[in-house]
Amino acid sequence: MKENHNLFEKIWNSHVVAQEKDSPTLLYIDLQLIHEVTSPQAFTGLKEKGLSVRRPEKTVATTDHSTPTIPAATTEERLSYADEECRKQIAKLEENCRTYGITLHGLDSSTNGIVHVIGPELGLTQPGMTIVCGDSHTSTHGAFGALAFGIGTSEVEQVLATQCLLQHKPKTMEIRIEGTLAKGVTAKDIILHIIHTIGVGGGVGYVIEYTGSVIRSLNMEQRMTICNMSIEAGARAGMIAPDDTTIQYLADRPFSPKGEAWDKAVKYWKTLPSDPQAVYDNSITINVSRLEPVITFGTNPGMSIPITGKIPSPETLPNADAKANLEKALQYMGFKPKQKLLGHPINTVFIGSCTNSRLTDLREAAQIFQGRKVAPGVRVLVVPGSNQIKKQAEAEGLHNIFINAGAEWREPGCSMCIAMNGDQLAPGEYSVSTSNRNFEGRQGKGGRTLLASPLTAAAAAVTGVITDPRTMI
Amino acid sequence: MRPIRIIRSQVIPLNINNIDTDQIIPARYLKTIDKSGLGKQLFADWRYLPDGSPNPEFPLNQQRYNGASILLAGENFGCGSSREHAPWALMAYGIRAVIALSFADIFHNNALKNGLLPVQVNRDDHQMILDMTQELIYSPISIDLENQLIYLPILRTVAFDIDPFSKNCLLKGMDDLDYIQSFSQQIEEFEKKHFIPYQ
Repeated sequence: MKENHNLFEKIWNSHVVAQEKDSPTLLYIDLQLIHEVTSPQAFTGLKEKGLSVRRPEKTVATTDHSTPTIPAATTEERLSYADEECRKQIAKLEENCRTYGITLHGLDSSTNGIVHVIGPELGLTQPGMTIVCGDSHTSTHGAFGALAFGIGTSEVEQVLATQCLLQHKPKTMEIRIEGTLAKGVTAKDIILHIIHTIGVGGGVGYVIEYTGSVIRSLNMEQRMTICNMSIEAGARAGMIAPDDTTIQYLADRPFSPKGEAWDKAVKYWKTLPSDPQAVYDNSITINVSRLEPVITFGTNPGMSIPITGKIPSPETLPNADAKANLEKALQYMGFKPKQKLLGHPINTVFIGSCTNSRLTDLREAAQIFQGRKVAPGVRVLVVPGSNQIKKQAEAEGLHNIFINAGAEWREPGCSMCIAMNGDQLAPGEYSVSTSNRNFEGRQGKGGRTLLASPLTAAAAAVTGVITDPRTMI
Repeated sequence: MRPIRIIRSQVIPLNINNIDTDQIIPARYLKTIDKSGLGKQLFADWRYLPDGSPNPEFPLNQQRYNGASILLAGENFGCGSSREHAPWALMAYGIRAVIALSFADIFHNNALKNGLLPVQVNRDDHQMILDMTQELIYSPISIDLENQLIYLPILRTVAFDIDPFSKNCLLKGMDDLDYIQSFSQQIEEFEKKHFIPYQ
């Protein structure tokens, strides 16, 4: 029989438990990741209904969202920087994990880190799996050819209780990335450009599969950056077919299959890529040969320009709504139509988050900081994605480059991406951030966020103004 | 979950596109282990002035919308994070239905799971409802879920779509966890044959 399925369809089809007429599909979930902020109410729900966790070995926990990142010698010291609410959330997660037999990579663990960093790093994330987490950036794990998406707390509870979820089958969109990436232009610039092109609602109802020669040339960390921000285009998930790069990354990870199981796994993973005749509900091709570093100027991740470009003018927009939205964004950001961003002063630089806190990102940033100093008056936070990354970066001496430049080298966590842990902007401050959201107040009430790559963020850190990183490498 | 039949209320216009979950409930209020008590923080950064007093320009603070339970937004309502605190906050404030041009995926799921009715309407109907809220000081509408119709005070009706499964759950106030659990036999059988071939 001639196969004719795309990557998404293969995974979807192999996870259908039941399908009734006029009802969503009952889909089996291979791995659930949980954290302290969106899980407590799910466990409370279980308790109230007298339910147990069906497959505790298929759920893995970490603490990351509200945890302090201030350097600390011990877990006790670290917790002393947390407020009471955060400590309560951490304690609740510990209690729930103990009660239900769930593995917790807690603050005191060498494997602690941001949920979407540690899953792949530990080899928990594998091709062909269905993966969920009460966090929208679960799309990150799609970089391995898994179907991974964010869910709400009610759904976390459902997966805990049944290992299944009700899902309406999404449509599929292929985004093919072709061309040659210029020096200084990174995976972050590609995904910001994609979101700008299709719009923040452009992916609603779809699972995106990223294909093309440029995607193939990216390492796993760069692929994760791309898939991570699929949700910023509204997509249910983002995926990249597994290939030798994927397999190489997974070899010898703590939870990767070993020995004979590894050989079987690789054989299976190689069946997953879309068949040559596979079709998608929608396909677009983007050539990135002329792409510049991209930076956002507005209050959603689609509002971006090439770094040397000018902010668009509301008059040029087709309808009144779009015009009003742009005006509102520019007012919040303190920018004017047709203004250039190059040379605009900034206050803070944040290098971190599930989008850009991995070794590749830290190396890129270090390349700029090497032999340079942070501009006077600028605060720079470098927050590694996990304890493992922190350790590797320190083994390479990257931390010394950051510290010598005048940046803060922090403990791992979500930190200023979500600004729940005290790492935040003051009202009116500008930050160049490698995170994923520039919504109003995202990095602190009244704070103004410009999303960019680690190269662009580091360049702004040392000059104190928005700078084209290509002039510094 | 409370069953929904007809929701009748004045419409609160918040006609902005891409209202994200950080606006619906800022992340600093997620440091809770409960679902309750989030109503005060709904739209906190738009609703309150820096000194903490109500922003008189924000619709929720205007007397004509006092006690209203239907919100009218633009495109892609609820984009951003997966936080279910967004529908929890809306419900805690007293919102029972959101009418919008479109909804973000995860928010849409989360709303349905909490008995908050997401109503997607086309651009013309959206404009008609918006115009009506601006022309008439008091103009309650009725959303009839059973018949999938919105009755406007200007003697017009607007039809809307909802998938039959969600509609049934909302009409009965049914938690869909019960539905999933009715498949426990199939889940067990699936687990026996489910191949992650290397495990």
